[in-house]
Amino acid sequence: MADLVLILSILVATMRAAAPLLFAGLGELVAERSGVLNLGVEGMMLVGAAVGFAAHAVTGSFVLGLLAAILAGAAMAALFALLTLRLLANQVATGLALTIFGVGLSALIGLPWAGVPATGLPAALWPGLAHDSPALQQVLLLLDPLVWLAFAAVVAVDWFLRRSRTGLALRAVGESAEVAHALGTKVLRIRFLAVLFGGAMAGLAGADLSLAYTPMWVENMTAGRGWIALALVVFSTWKPWWLTAGALLFGFVTIAQFQAEAFGLSFSPDLLATLPYLATIVVLVLISRDATRLRLAAPAALGKPFRPSD
Amino acid sequence: MTNLPRRTVLAGALATPALMTRAADAAAPLKVGFVYVAPIGKAGWTYQHELGRLALQAKLGDKVKTSYVANVSEGADAERVIRQMASDGNGLIFTTSFGFMNPTIKVAASFPKVKFEHCTGYKRRVNVATYSARFYEGRYLAGLVAGHMSKKGVIGYVAAFPIPEVVQGINATLLGARKANPNIKIKVVWTSSWFDPGKDREAADTLISQGADVLMNHTDSPTTVQVGEEKGVWTTGYDSDMSMYGPKTCLTSTTMIWDQYYIKRANMVLDGTWKSTDTWGGVGSGMIRMAPLNKAVPASVAKELETATSDIAAGRLKPFVGPVLNQAGKVAIPSGQALTDQQILSMNWFAQGVEGKL
Repeated sequence: MADLVLILSILVATMRAAAPLLFAGLGELVAERSGVLNLGVEGMMLVGAAVGFAAHAVTGSFVLGLLAAILAGAAMAALFALLTLRLLANQVATGLALTIFGVGLSALIGLPWAGVPATGLPAALWPGLAHDSPALQQVLLLLDPLVWLAFAAVVAVDWFLRRSRTGLALRAVGESAEVAHALGTKVLRIRFLAVLFGGAMAGLAGADLSLAYTPMWVENMTAGRGWIALALVVFSTWKPWWLTAGALLFGFVTIAQFQAEAFGLSFSPDLLATLPYLATIVVLVLISRDATRLRLAAPAALGKPFRPSD
Repeated sequence: MTNLPRRTVLAGALATPALMTRAADAAAPLKVGFVYVAPIGKAGWTYQHELGRLALQAKLGDKVKTSYVANVSEGADAERVIRQMASDGNGLIFTTSFGFMNPTIKVAASFPKVKFEHCTGYKRRVNVATYSARFYEGRYLAGLVAGHMSKKGVIGYVAAFPIPEVVQGINATLLGARKANPNIKIKVVWTSSWFDPGKDREAADTLISQGADVLMNHTDSPTTVQVGEEKGVWTTGYDSDMSMYGPKTCLTSTTMIWDQYYIKRANMVLDGTWKSTDTWGGVGSGMIRMAPLNKAVPASVAKELETATSDIAAGRLKPFVGPVLNQAGKVAIPSGQALTDQQILSMNWFAQGVEGKL
């Protein structure tokens, strides 16, 4: 029984740690599949976290908080889209600038709420659970609705990309904007919407942190999770299920490290912190070993600007 | 500007320092600057320094003019900010993070007339004093309360890095807790980050799942206290009174009160008696104070805490007194002996009963 509780609590903790990475990663994955590389995930997450927390603090509604975060993330992404898609600015430089901008903007927005205590999103799907419930049920107390939403989003995005007509068009745009354009696909519109989706999901990921996972606002509270999400997209070779595996693996490594430490075993936490990046580099090396695999994995038009010829 | 005769400009530039010195000699207020490592927020390390600044301003009124720069990162940026403060005519500058040590020493060398005070560092100069608090005294007292409140005999400790200051806190917590329960143990988890609320949450969840029923943390976010509140597990706070993050479950907090020190040092600059010193205050000098106890703490425990607090304040009780064994079972502090300050400052071992690796 005690072991079951322990195993279940590791599983639950892993899922919770993975949820914000999944939101941000899925959003970026869709944007990249349309051929746009947005390195501003960390910045969009931070703005989402600050705006989400502020909106919840003002209105008292979690739903409005989440919506505000989604809109804020999308607004940041719209700025990025305007610069890179319309004005053809360099995507890498603009994305980096977006992150730096997001760090500052979120600090400014969140200033009145820095350190204000808040209660987290309740585990609404588990009515009747209380602190004095049996241990096994208590573990489930930790699963908030956003965790379920994150995993539902994986199924939805995977279906969208592989089975829907729009998803097909989006992938075509990411492979070759010129060909897609010649076939009558509205390249810029699809890319714009994909980038917007990426921003909305990053905003949601931020709100997951500031409203559910660690319910508060403090500057830089994402602590690099946006960058990990970016790394996971490459690690996943742009496939939603692999992204899920990567996010869970990363969450699990962190949790397992703490569990091992509390048991008295020791790992180098610094080495573990480098794992997602190391794994990404390994995957990059593997998929670039031959041209065919690289072409199959990465969206061919990733990072390439498109100017409609007519 | 271009229309001004060059000589006027030059004369003005030359005259300015002289004017400033004269103004400072007269009744002009002493400008006191504070450099903070983090945003102020509502609680935490920097918040306590800000309370000290406000107390100084309130106490000395128009004799001082205080200002601060918050969220200064440790490194090159710190030197720029400190240098700017010194050139702005501040006569006394408090730099309140360990990582400001070298920049403070460097800037102090170019501003011999300005007095500097660096918090938690060990490098001094004729115009740089250092100050810190015996945080471990508060940890010992928090441990005493935690030891009484823990039913399972396991305290979970979310810690950032294995540096002496953190190690002292963990050992002191254990020794305090063992006064209440001789078999209690502490499980330590390292987050390798002073500030990562997500990691704090994962570490706290882990410790709870492994049976800890009192949580403590030595990181800069209130997350551990929040997790305790969410899951109905006791916690103790650090830096500030953290009870607002855990109204039902936060037992007490080790708080740092810099008010009296800041007032004293500013007064010394005003009356010309300031000297470079090294201050290590504690419960006795009021730098460390325990926040009000949670209502759930029984009166007998409150009484014991009160006695222990006054014993520490009077020097009758020292947290690090033998016999204490280390993790390997060897004598770390011989029976009846107390560690010297130097031994405390360089502590790099865990007492028996602490589970965790250094």
